[in-house]
Amino acid sequence: MKHIIQGRVWCVGDNIDTDLILPIDVLQMPRAERPKHMFRANRPGWVQEVQPGDILIGGRNFGMGSGRPAAQAMKDLGLSCVVAETLNGLFFRNSINFAFPALEIAGVHDAFEEGDEAKVDWVAATITNLRTGVMLTGEQWPELMQQCMSAGGLVEQLEAAGMLHPVGWSPTPL
Amino acid sequence: MGMTIAEKILARQSGREMVRPGDLVVAEVETCVLLDTHFNRHAGWRWPTRLHDPDKVVLVADHIVMSANPEAAIGLRTMRQAARHYGIRRVHDAGANQGISHQVIADMGYALPGTVLANPDSHTVSAGAFNCVARGLGRPELLQILCTGKTWYLVAPTVRYELIGELPEGVTAKDAFLYLAGRWGSHENQSIEFGGPAQAGLSLNARRTLSTMCAEVSAEFATWGPDDRLLAHMRATTDRPFFPTHPDADAQYVEVRTIDLSKLEPYVSGIDGVIHNTSPLADFQDKVRLDQCVVGSCANGTLDDLAAVAQVVQGRQVAPWVRFIVTPGSQAIYREAARLGLLSTIAQSGALVTVAACGACAAQDFGTLAPDEVCLTSTTRNYKGRMGAAQAKIHMASPATVAASAITGYITHPRDLPAIDLAMGAVQ
Repeated sequence: MKHIIQGRVWCVGDNIDTDLILPIDVLQMPRAERPKHMFRANRPGWVQEVQPGDILIGGRNFGMGSGRPAAQAMKDLGLSCVVAETLNGLFFRNSINFAFPALEIAGVHDAFEEGDEAKVDWVAATITNLRTGVMLTGEQWPELMQQCMSAGGLVEQLEAAGMLHPVGWSPTPL
Repeated sequence: MGMTIAEKILARQSGREMVRPGDLVVAEVETCVLLDTHFNRHAGWRWPTRLHDPDKVVLVADHIVMSANPEAAIGLRTMRQAARHYGIRRVHDAGANQGISHQVIADMGYALPGTVLANPDSHTVSAGAFNCVARGLGRPELLQILCTGKTWYLVAPTVRYELIGELPEGVTAKDAFLYLAGRWGSHENQSIEFGGPAQAGLSLNARRTLSTMCAEVSAEFATWGPDDRLLAHMRATTDRPFFPTHPDADAQYVEVRTIDLSKLEPYVSGIDGVIHNTSPLADFQDKVRLDQCVVGSCANGTLDDLAAVAQVVQGRQVAPWVRFIVTPGSQAIYREAARLGLLSTIAQSGALVTVAACGACAAQDFGTLAPDEVCLTSTTRNYKGRMGAAQAKIHMASPATVAASAITGYITHPRDLPAIDLAMGAVQ
């Protein structure tokens, strides 16, 4: 997985919650259907404008709320990463789980306007605004998380270790 | 240098002498709870070739236990098949021992002091009331724990809340949380530890309300120290070993904040979240007309909460334009509330008493809101769209406040209900 990402920027504010990102009824739908319904309460129609590789910039406490796979859905939507002032811990865990880069970088919210072009290095934990030249640095992830990200996610790591039945297996009918 | 409760538990469970904020540890998980929602066929759930230890696993049907559609029915059936295939014995399917997972954990003594508990639901911080390190995890980590018995935790700096004073009559742990969320806001990248002289006077139910709600301010953990009340509960509910863990006297806290419970009053949240968004009830009194009121959830479906509702609604009738939904947290609580007559009092007021399920709190199975409807809830979460339509408005308050408001149909302080003469029977 490439660790340097370049893309167009979208901006959201503080306390973006998982019900906004991925409403609960959407969770019952097949995975391929979900991106169409994301963010419908706070930015209706926006998902149609997202292009593959776009970057989301957040404020404080991005991803607060539930353990649902919001990070996986953001990846499926085509976003390449999220960079926020701070991240909710459970959202962050799921970002690592599903190999969707999520970084905390102080000052990022004010350093970008929608439509800017950004370059993110998720190993070095840096983001650069290619319009203004401003570069900001956050905290790098520990090695264990880098490994999970490079492996394509936690389930993929378990699979590689031979710990899972193949896709399609299910327990014996009663 | 000393450690907090969470630091000491994480150190022990990861085989270290000491952990510090910023450390990443791989810790042994003593209790691994899986929920019915895992097994929806669109959830992408994968199956371990073998479980690390089936005796550490608990299965709970709570989000879709009502089996409201064929997809839910298929998922529930898969859960039953998994229980048999893997030899999981602690299964809380529809029936006598079913309930909302965090309430079942409380009822059954599954959260063992001094250990780590995992559950994919974000309100898992609830089990911090049992001196347990517990937080919501993603489903992939649950799979990792099933396979290996362990997962990773980041050690966060801890904010200590020193509780002093006694809650005034009619003011509850829910109000204390709403005050905390309004004043201090979000706690992402921080753990919370509760304690202080007021702890002894707070029931385990009250402590669990506070811990459960800490998910709403993004806390990593929300632990309490062990005391006689907790140890008596553990001895009554489990034969498994546990390890009461106090913070060190010289534990390092990022901040110590004091809450004087005696100074608190009923609080109500604004809509779309609680962070820096709660006010004294007086700011809302009589101003907000309600379509639905809800008492329940993993935070407020306890016997204490049902008793508070019964006390308010006894001899009174729910306003004709209000749907008042009351959800016991578990079937065990449902039975006990029935035995005590609380459920008949609540039902006679016109409230709907439901099965023990996540239900209205997450727009699952029942209680879904239409656009522009207004709800006052004592459940866990009031994000935009949380209980149904995105245009619905959800305020949060304590069970007593919700019950009083269901009677008048407007947000109302319980003490402001017109008096009734119970000796003379109900006055309409």
